[in-house]
Amino acid sequence: MGDFLAANALLVIAIVKVVVVVFVLLTAVAYITWFERKVVAHMQGRWGPERVGPHGLLQPLADGAKFLFKEDPTPAGIDRFVYFLAPFLALSLALSTIAVIPLGPGQIELFGHRTWFSVAELNISLLVVFAITALSVYGVALAGWASNSKYPLLGGLRSSAQMLSYELSLTMSVVGIVLLTNTFSLRDIVEAQRGGVGRWFVIPQILGFVCFFISALAETNRVPFDLPEAETELVAGFHTEYASFKFAMFFMAEYAAMVTVSFMVAVLFFGGYFSPFPGTPAWHWTIYLPAAGGVIGGVLLLLHGLRYHTPLGRIVLPVAGLALTGVGVLCALAGVVEYIQGPFWLAAKVATVLFVYVWVRGTLPRFRYDQLMNFGWKFLLPLSLANLVITSLIVALMRPAQ
Amino acid sequence: MTGLHSHRYYTSATMSPGYLGNYAPLLIHILVAMALAGVLLSLSALVGPHRPSREKAQAYECGMRPTGDARHPFDVKFYLVAILFILFDVEAIFFYPWAYVYRNLPRLFGFYEMLLYIGILLVGYIYLLKKGALDWNK
Repeated sequence: MGDFLAANALLVIAIVKVVVVVFVLLTAVAYITWFERKVVAHMQGRWGPERVGPHGLLQPLADGAKFLFKEDPTPAGIDRFVYFLAPFLALSLALSTIAVIPLGPGQIELFGHRTWFSVAELNISLLVVFAITALSVYGVALAGWASNSKYPLLGGLRSSAQMLSYELSLTMSVVGIVLLTNTFSLRDIVEAQRGGVGRWFVIPQILGFVCFFISALAETNRVPFDLPEAETELVAGFHTEYASFKFAMFFMAEYAAMVTVSFMVAVLFFGGYFSPFPGTPAWHWTIYLPAAGGVIGGVLLLLHGLRYHTPLGRIVLPVAGLALTGVGVLCALAGVVEYIQGPFWLAAKVATVLFVYVWVRGTLPRFRYDQLMNFGWKFLLPLSLANLVITSLIVALMRPAQ
Repeated sequence: MTGLHSHRYYTSATMSPGYLGNYAPLLIHILVAMALAGVLLSLSALVGPHRPSREKAQAYECGMRPTGDARHPFDVKFYLVAILFILFDVEAIFFYPWAYVYRNLPRLFGFYEMLLYIGILLVGYIYLLKKGALDWNK
């Protein structure tokens, strides 16, 4: 075993990182469904999931088990190969993009080798993200076509046209960032934003950010652009004929794409893994904020759990609170506190963007299809072009004369 | 020009034997994601019950018997959107190399150059707008 480790250390490190990242991503996807249901419910004056576990916390597990043990009928007249290929493509592509996103600063020590704080460290990671997300339209289009049913076909067509239209402004809105940094590496883009809120690209690139976020909402088929699955007109859109875990795979793919987009928003516009505070000695105390957050959150959860109305909750919630407090204390230790900064701030930013996603869903009505196309082609596309021209002019004028 | 960008190409020596080695983790990640999707796909087919019937095999049309062929002809507008996407996306791709070398171009030369290119793009865009190709309800 030792010899094998020594000989294939790089391979082992890569596999360990991949497995950890995929596992965390899948858990996050499961709990985002819970988070979304809970937040939307509270916005509408409901309770949301409450029955399965304390505060419905075991709901994602129950849903997963239910999907797995449901009957999986395949409709007659389907294109069999493509019908199975579509959810496979959708999920595997949605889980892949996260590989190139920098999750923390610098390098970490793993099995005696120094390795980057990301699965794959490429100098064209921005292009890789676009390449993989552009393929995600295949899952939807193929599912719609293969199902041999009218609603999926309409949903698939609508969705393909929508994703293609908004991909243009998505691609062009990031050119401004490349102009400012002259790099395609996501890590270099983050490094260019070192030094607190004032250096974040959301300030010079506010137009680009607006274009990117709106296009990303449309790319991931989320409200207010969820026409492919407009349940009032198309039943469930492109996945009407999919049941059991094949349906769940489309569902997971959508949420994994949401997570990826949130990572991209955080990395491109909100300083990625950097803390929002400037790195001057006066702000040094902020490195203990993750620890303080863990301890305060843990103690609150502990106190709340002791008064919970079910016996299971009175056991599970205080234990979770104690664990969170323990993690918080751990985060204050020297040697840990430095490592936790990058992942903590990145996770906090991603969580905020995800909340905005859910907030938008709880607030906005759905577009009509012609409004959607007009908005994409006649507003967002010219706006992202204008952002490109303005940014390049400013970059050219700010440059010292040669 | 060479010195400006040299620090951005990672010296791969600390990570893996070759430059292409940087892509190996990405390949492993994609393979793991595909394996996971494959396992989930087959697992649910294996453990779920199988009680097929003629009614279940019907396409869903709100409880009615499906009428006609599902793969009926669809509006040509979708096709038009696909063509326009290809045109504009190929043009958008050219922005990327330009943005990458922008600071190395002579001051304002790169700007005017791209303004000319965007001008040509805009002529096509305005033509489409006037022709009504971007009006969904026409």
